[in-house]
Amino acid sequence: MDILVFVKRVPDTESRIRVSHETNTVVEEGLNFIISPYDEYALEEALRIKESKGGKVTAVSVGKEDALTILRKCLAMGADEAALIKDPLEETYDGLRTARIIAGFVKKKFPQARLLLFGKQSVGADNAQVPSMLAELLDLPQVNVVVRLELEEDRGVAYREIEGAQEKVAFPLPAVISAQKGLNEPRYETLKGIMAAKRKEIPIIPIEEIGIAAEDLAPRVAVTRLEIPPARRAGRVTSGPAEETARQLVEFLHREAKVI
Amino acid sequence: MILTYVEIRDNKIKKSSLEVLSEAKRRAAELDEDAAAVLFGQAVEGLAPDLFGCGASRVFLMDNPALAQYSTQAYAAALAALARKVNPSAIFFPATSLGRDLAPRLAARLGVALASDCTKVVVKDGRLEFTRPIFAGKAVLSLTLSSLPQVATLRPNVFPLEKAAGQGEVVRGDYEPAAGQDRAQVVEVVGERGGELDVTEADVVISGGRGMKGPENFGLLKELSALIPRSAVGASRSAVDSGWIGHQHQVGQTGKTVSPNVYMAFGISGAIQHLAGMSSSKVIVAVNKDPDAPIFKVADFGVVGDLFQVIPALKEELRKLRSE
Ligand SMILES: Cc1cc2nc3c(=O)[nH]c(=O)nc-3n(C[C@H](O)[C@H](O)[C@H](O)COP(=O)(O)OP(=O)(O)OC[C@H]3O[C@@H](n4cnc5c(N)ncnc54)[C@H](O)[C@@H]3O)c2cc1C
Ligand SMILES: Nc1ncnc2c1ncn2[C@@H]1O[C@H](COP(=O)(O)O)[C@@H](O)[C@H]1O
Repeated sequence: MDILVFVKRVPDTESRIRVSHETNTVVEEGLNFIISPYDEYALEEALRIKESKGGKVTAVSVGKEDALTILRKCLAMGADEAALIKDPLEETYDGLRTARIIAGFVKKKFPQARLLLFGKQSVGADNAQVPSMLAELLDLPQVNVVVRLELEEDRGVAYREIEGAQEKVAFPLPAVISAQKGLNEPRYETLKGIMAAKRKEIPIIPIEEIGIAAEDLAPRVAVTRLEIPPARRAGRVTSGPAEETARQLVEFLHREAKVI
Repeated sequence: MILTYVEIRDNKIKKSSLEVLSEAKRRAAELDEDAAAVLFGQAVEGLAPDLFGCGASRVFLMDNPALAQYSTQAYAAALAALARKVNPSAIFFPATSLGRDLAPRLAARLGVALASDCTKVVVKDGRLEFTRPIFAGKAVLSLTLSSLPQVATLRPNVFPLEKAAGQGEVVRGDYEPAAGQDRAQVVEVVGERGGELDVTEADVVISGGRGMKGPENFGLLKELSALIPRSAVGASRSAVDSGWIGHQHQVGQTGKTVSPNVYMAFGISGAIQHLAGMSSSKVIVAVNKDPDAPIFKVADFGVVGDLFQVIPALKEELRKLRSE
């Protein structure tokens, strides 16, 4: 089964984010970049499906050439191939634009793909848009926020997390699935994998080659401001016998903050 | 017109949808437009008065057995058809698991951009400006959408719910379902934790971390939760990764972002990834035996102490409060 996994390069979750007020962008200098954590669950799932059912796993990223590092990591974890769709723009926060690029790529290069795996959201933009938008553009079924996936030849069943319960969803293949934490435990790269990945070539596909109308490449999201929220200030800290501190705490919540 | 998609669960309108409708009404008034709501399902007409009571001047009703069970594809198709007919300037959804699944599919169907998980909406030069946390709240982004309708999901528990003695009109729509074999279908809802609130919906989140020492002790937090209305139990990633509680309870950058009235952290150190998910809570309280724990830097009220002593005492105090 031909499986595509879409991975995005994002700042490490440890990062302290700084912004430039002139350009309304996140300052990249000093940041460490990783594969968006949910995309790792997607990749792991693809590798497990390949191991049990056979097939080919291709990792794909839309971005600048610096995204090659995370694609190499995907290869080191066990992906068969990788491809970079080279996009000259910085983060646009416009999920539809990314979805259109990916849709164009899939139609052109991977019309036979049976499973398109995503993270439930890219850490950072936190949009949770691209998987559903792509599913619509390609007229495919979608299941988002998936914590369990079972596949047969032409169909599958996925468990998706909702508030206080899970929805069991049956769907035909090909399909779009987005991964949630809990789906699996991603593996580490092996030394052998890292060495093999170094020798693999990663094709770089210029965005123009995908054949998307110029107007669809223009972002429809305009950033008007980007700010760091004011730091919270430390409040009161108390200590002493539990009965006394508990009494003070409840009094604070009830009388002062009036929240319970 | 600003259209609000209304989510129904257990034959009731979810509170988050009424919050969204209230916000739609406020912004629509500013734009000299009206607010309308969309009600999909089977035998849901009886819910329309609740929507008039939150500012809807029209309720677009699609009562159809084909819409009885949520299906992203069927719902997106029906909504898109409605949007093309009535031409709203904006469409709002609650940023719940349903809204986050449906809104992007609808936006793509209409060929428009989407603002996800907004915490503020203002009118600027006749258009909407949306503000939303990114990096789970480490930064805040404001944006406008150049495509119409302006589609957005609004975070639960942020926008005030406003009731008004309102009246309105029910507009019946028809829906012709397309053949459905190509669709994903919900076949079962499993593991329903009868009425248990999700951390994103709760007014009070009571979270435990590695300091809870083991899964059995999360029972203490559940007991606390039983004493506090509209509360839910949350957890740090350490607690989740140790298997003490399900990951749907995880708060933080790779868990859920919450903004309850009160966030209580028991035995949580306050790592940057955890803070990212709860810093926008209105009031934060923390109990930790380490006076230097970083959680105290963001807590409005901190207790330095052993949680195994403080929690029983807290239960006692809460019981007293309830009997007052
Ligand atoms: C990619 C990535 C994503 C992450 N995402 C998240 C996320 O979404 N959410 C998240 O929470 N973390 C996340 N983390 C993990 C984060 O970095 C921390 O490791 C984690 O938050 C620590 O959890 P903790 O506070 O429960 O444990 P610890 O840091 O071990 O803290 C335990 C605390 O309990 C206190 N304590 C112990 N015993 C008692 C007692 N008897 N009474 C009172 N206090 C006591 C201790 O003093 C200590 O402060 C992520 C990490 C990475 C790398
Ligand atoms: N630039 C990108 N390149 C590849 N995949 C992406 C990109 N942006 C988003 N995705 C995929 O879409 C998912 C959801 O992203 P988002 O809609 O940005 O939250 C991510 O977890 C990725 O799987």
